[in-house]
Amino acid sequence: MLILTTVLTTGALTLSACGSRDDDSGDDKGGSSGGKKTTVVIGVDAPITGDLSALGLGIRNSAELATKIANKQDLVPGFQFKIQALDDQAQPTIGQQNATKFIGNKDVLGVVGPLNSNVSQSMQKPFNDAKLTQVSPANTGTELTQGDNWKSGDKKRPFASFFRTATTDQIQGSFAAKYLHDTAKINKVYLIDDQKTYGAGLAASFKDTFTKLGGKIVGADHINPDDRDFNSVVAKVKKTGAKAVYYGGEYPAAGPLSQQLKDSGAKIPLMGGDGIYAADFIKLNKKAQGDLATSVGAPVEQLDSAKKFISDYDAAGYKDGYEAYGGGTYDAAWSIIEAVKKVAADNDGKLPSDARAKVLEAMSTVKFSGVTGDISFDEYGDTTNTMMTAYQVEGGKWVPKKSEVYKP
Amino acid sequence: MHELPQQLANGLILGAMYGLIAIGYTMVYGIVQLINFAHGEIFMIGGFGAYTVWTLLPDGSSLAAVIPLMILGGILCSVLVGTAAERFAYRPLRGAPRLAPLITAIGLSLFLQQLVWAFYPDAKSDISFPQFHGDPFHVLGATVQRGDLFVIIAAPVCMIALGWFVNRTRSGRGMQATAQDPDTAKLMGINTDRIIVMAFAIGAAFAAVAAVGYGLHNGQIGFRMGFIMGLKAFTAAVLGGIGNLYGAMLGGLVLGIAESLATGYMGDVPGMDLFGGGAWKDVWAFVLLIVVLLIRPQGLLGERVADRA
Repeated sequence: MLILTTVLTTGALTLSACGSRDDDSGDDKGGSSGGKKTTVVIGVDAPITGDLSALGLGIRNSAELATKIANKQDLVPGFQFKIQALDDQAQPTIGQQNATKFIGNKDVLGVVGPLNSNVSQSMQKPFNDAKLTQVSPANTGTELTQGDNWKSGDKKRPFASFFRTATTDQIQGSFAAKYLHDTAKINKVYLIDDQKTYGAGLAASFKDTFTKLGGKIVGADHINPDDRDFNSVVAKVKKTGAKAVYYGGEYPAAGPLSQQLKDSGAKIPLMGGDGIYAADFIKLNKKAQGDLATSVGAPVEQLDSAKKFISDYDAAGYKDGYEAYGGGTYDAAWSIIEAVKKVAADNDGKLPSDARAKVLEAMSTVKFSGVTGDISFDEYGDTTNTMMTAYQVEGGKWVPKKSEVYKP
Repeated sequence: MHELPQQLANGLILGAMYGLIAIGYTMVYGIVQLINFAHGEIFMIGGFGAYTVWTLLPDGSSLAAVIPLMILGGILCSVLVGTAAERFAYRPLRGAPRLAPLITAIGLSLFLQQLVWAFYPDAKSDISFPQFHGDPFHVLGATVQRGDLFVIIAAPVCMIALGWFVNRTRSGRGMQATAQDPDTAKLMGINTDRIIVMAFAIGAAFAAVAAVGYGLHNGQIGFRMGFIMGLKAFTAAVLGGIGNLYGAMLGGLVLGIAESLATGYMGDVPGMDLFGGGAWKDVWAFVLLIVVLLIRPQGLLGERVADRA
């Protein structure tokens, strides 16, 4: 695979080098000479090995599928799309190296990914300096688009090159609070988080909305995400008589936390965000029944707009599933393709010399109906599609309970 | 305060596990003055060994019936790895500057982690460990899970057996002699190499028992579990007086209960509400360690290391 990508990229490099020489000479014979197509590469950065590789492979495959479909439809005449996939192993340092590689390949006009918000933080600046568009299908960290002071209402977009098709933790936490208070009718909650960017942000946004709705936070605590014994915290939860626990964090700690909670005799559900909306959460937690989670978007299986995506994905014969972020990834890749289409259309079907800057400019005008709904980006680079879904564990499976377009 | 019995019970269970692992640190240190930092991984391997036995047994086996087999499997794996580590990683470095085996230990622990990660199916993330079914017991206001009984029983049984071995058997007395003065012990006809291997093996076996307890208590094991548990157990060994067998168990219990109480009550102390959460329990455990070492540098029960110098 790697060799194949390299060969393709090298081939693409030579091709485009010819193209630009033609442009420089001002020769009229340039352009679409001999039916040869201009190759545009979309970079894909995701954890393809390691703990989170299932999600990462879903991202890579879905992005590749988007380019294949666009090529098949001949969406941008005279253009051919390819992906260049790099593995970040969910590590910020590797993500940054990958960013440099993408920037170095001048056929890359946009990058899809990564999965993790902290990896994105290491990639945003190099991409911004290179005016290279980045669209993440999975980053929910609010500060990525709205700056570090978003909690105090001082929203400021830090990097103009960053977009995402996943909505923010601010919306996710707030949606969870509303679901728990209004739909599940629970008004006494114990709040726990793991003090990481994702977990703490989610818990803060949950608390904000939950107290505004009139619910009571009866206690709060933090845990260390590497711990697996939470019995002391559980004893505290039990004392407060909370009717549910909201946990900001990921499933490796949430699984034992939930199980120890029920073992202690407190028969209350644990709720979390998309970090616990994973099959492993149920596998590791024999008492997950009744636990709740929210996730961004609607379950793609339920969307009419996703039917074609699912059948295309199946037809492509990928070994791994599209997982939680497949639909969002397809839309992310597609938004870059749409932007390239606009740039080409504005420039007589050819790429301008400052193609990256032009693509970035075009991103703000991109609008199409994608797999996860209508896709466009607001002034921060956030998706305007704030579809959220609440899930509950029933009979060893996550069952979708409620999907809505949520505006806090 | 009505959850105090619960917090004490939680601390006791956690502390007994620390104590069992700490035996391995303290014994090896007592005899060869080596901190075997790979001991946390030997503990982890014990857990995977027990789990492997479980997966090999027919589906629907009763856990209570097969747990002796699982313990045996865990002990076998741990002892094998522990003695192999002694033979191939530490023995060639005996007599080398102290820093060399320490670095080897750290390298070995990374190696063992990656080995399990690479070869064990599903070990990419945590895997679930079999558990006892049935209602928990209620003892003096505390809820105790069936699986936790294992550690509560295993810890004293192991300690009594160890005490008997060290004081009453020929090998045990040889061990004491080697700890006191290896050169003289050798002159008296004690095979010190064999004694050292034995120290590694006993420590590894105790760690495997602790790992089974860990699996039953937390419901899952993972290839990273040895790091934090190993660090805590090492702390417990130092707290109790490294080199002292009973000190290791006492240190473990003190550490476990201190952690549990810090999580439960530190937040209620006026002005401390910021530092009382579950995330701070490790901080308080180490504060306790520092305080004890300031007052009693040799640890709670002390050791005769000082008069060797």
